[in-house]
Amino acid sequence: MSKRPFLGWFASPSILIAVAIAASFLAIVQYSLRAYVPGSLDPGGYTLDNFTTLWKAVYGQAFLTTVLLCFWTALFTLLIGYPLAYAMVRAKSAALRSAILLISLTPLFLGEIVRTYSWMIVLGNRGFVNAVLMQLGLIDRPISFMFTMTGVVIALVHFTLPIVVVMVAAALSHIDRNLERAATSLGAGRIRNFLTVTLPLSIPGIVAATSTAFAWTFSAFATPQMIGGGKVQTISTLVYQVGFASFNFPLAASLSLVGLLFTIAVLTLFNTGIRRLEQIGAH
Amino acid sequence: MKKTLLDHVLDWSGRIVLTAILGFVLLPFVVVAIASFNDGAILSFPPKAWSLRWYANIFEYRDFGEGLVNSLKVAGLGATIALIAGAGFAYVLDRYDFALKGVLNGVLMSPLIIPNFTIGLGLLILSAAAALPRSLWLVVTVHVIIVLPFVVRSVYVSLRNFERRYEQAAESLGGTPGHVLLTITLPLLLPGLVSGALFAAILSFNEFTASLFVVNQSTQTLPVAMYNYVREYADPTLAAVSVLYVLVVAGALLLVHKIFRLEKVLNVE
Repeated sequence: MSKRPFLGWFASPSILIAVAIAASFLAIVQYSLRAYVPGSLDPGGYTLDNFTTLWKAVYGQAFLTTVLLCFWTALFTLLIGYPLAYAMVRAKSAALRSAILLISLTPLFLGEIVRTYSWMIVLGNRGFVNAVLMQLGLIDRPISFMFTMTGVVIALVHFTLPIVVVMVAAALSHIDRNLERAATSLGAGRIRNFLTVTLPLSIPGIVAATSTAFAWTFSAFATPQMIGGGKVQTISTLVYQVGFASFNFPLAASLSLVGLLFTIAVLTLFNTGIRRLEQIGAH
Repeated sequence: MKKTLLDHVLDWSGRIVLTAILGFVLLPFVVVAIASFNDGAILSFPPKAWSLRWYANIFEYRDFGEGLVNSLKVAGLGATIALIAGAGFAYVLDRYDFALKGVLNGVLMSPLIIPNFTIGLGLLILSAAAALPRSLWLVVTVHVIIVLPFVVRSVYVSLRNFERRYEQAAESLGGTPGHVLLTITLPLLLPGLVSGALFAAILSFNEFTASLFVVNQSTQTLPVAMYNYVREYADPTLAAVSVLYVLVVAGALLLVHKIFRLEKVLNVE
């Protein structure tokens, strides 16, 4: 009998899927190197034109917008996700812990459309926030959230919050509580305890959560499309527009490829950063 | 220990911040619920009259029903295939070493960092190049690729926390590998398998971006049908759909939590 029973049986389905992933990736690479033939869905000969086209201002602007969105979203998600994770892990009652976990997870399971649509009703000119502010007499005319970066960032923070809460909570829950007790017994107050013990020990979780939030925001499509309404143009909305408005699939492919390389570069940077931080922590 | 004034200030500000953040998470769902009962055809706050007509309208618009059926098919088929492939691969990952194992793992996990729109575009180009029609199977393939990493992770974690001694005992008593797998390994892995399949089904049911690239009129999923509705109409029908959606998903989440305790599944205890 073989020493590795089931290997062939168990590996085959995943190998098929891996082949499909690799093939579709190669299809993107190949299309990015082909010429666009207007009016035809089939690409022309091999060329580097798509990549020179990407130097145009509109694509540079979309890149800048996407990076800014990712930056602000990751920052604000961390600022509100950290306290939420902290409260969940340290909650004394199991019911409160479950409640915080379930509430912060719910958006994760509702998909981008329901969440984005709900934010459109909250942020619209005749939406909830403006109605409340006008009723209170704080403003006379609606504040524009729709079609602005602010609106898109608010909805994206809601979108990435669950994953940040889960990742930070995982880091916080694995901190040895004895370290905090030791700090307290040595006379550290709660603030000092948090700043010198808990926060530094949770840095790996913070970095992992921030990089994931970054990647998710980069990949988000419905939120910038629906709340940005064409005024906040990101890589994802541009890929769709180039692909389905002008059927320029070669250009859409090269835009996707550059976006993917950028994501990988940023995540590698984050990972290098986390290793450096861990080394500093070890000394 | 006696609480100082600072401790009280910290406790209360913590409670206020926590309430505000939880309010932020729940606000859009409360607002969408209010909007769904608004009688007016244009969304405005506060609603002047109330009605259930947008709920009735859901059934008038056929795309929602067809989208729901497609989504259920895709989520069911996708989760089943992802479970078979993902559980098999997690087992292989945990137990065996072979050439290219690292490469295979890297390729299968890559959808975690490849944006969904890139995955959708890639499969669209691939199916066009292979002259494949845009059938429901194409949508299923896209979903399997996207949810597979989550299934692998969930089953792999269960395998890591696994008592190998039970298998060894069964082997020493003469059980064949197939017998050990069916009577010992699979039953012990069941929680990991079920939670992996459930996560896969929920993620697949919600997947939108990659689907948008590969569906056509007859294979569009519920999220795509909802997106198309918002682009065409401004009335609150989608608010009514959203409310039903939130109720069903929140119910499913509560059920999963009751059975498996999410703290455990997510490793945040």
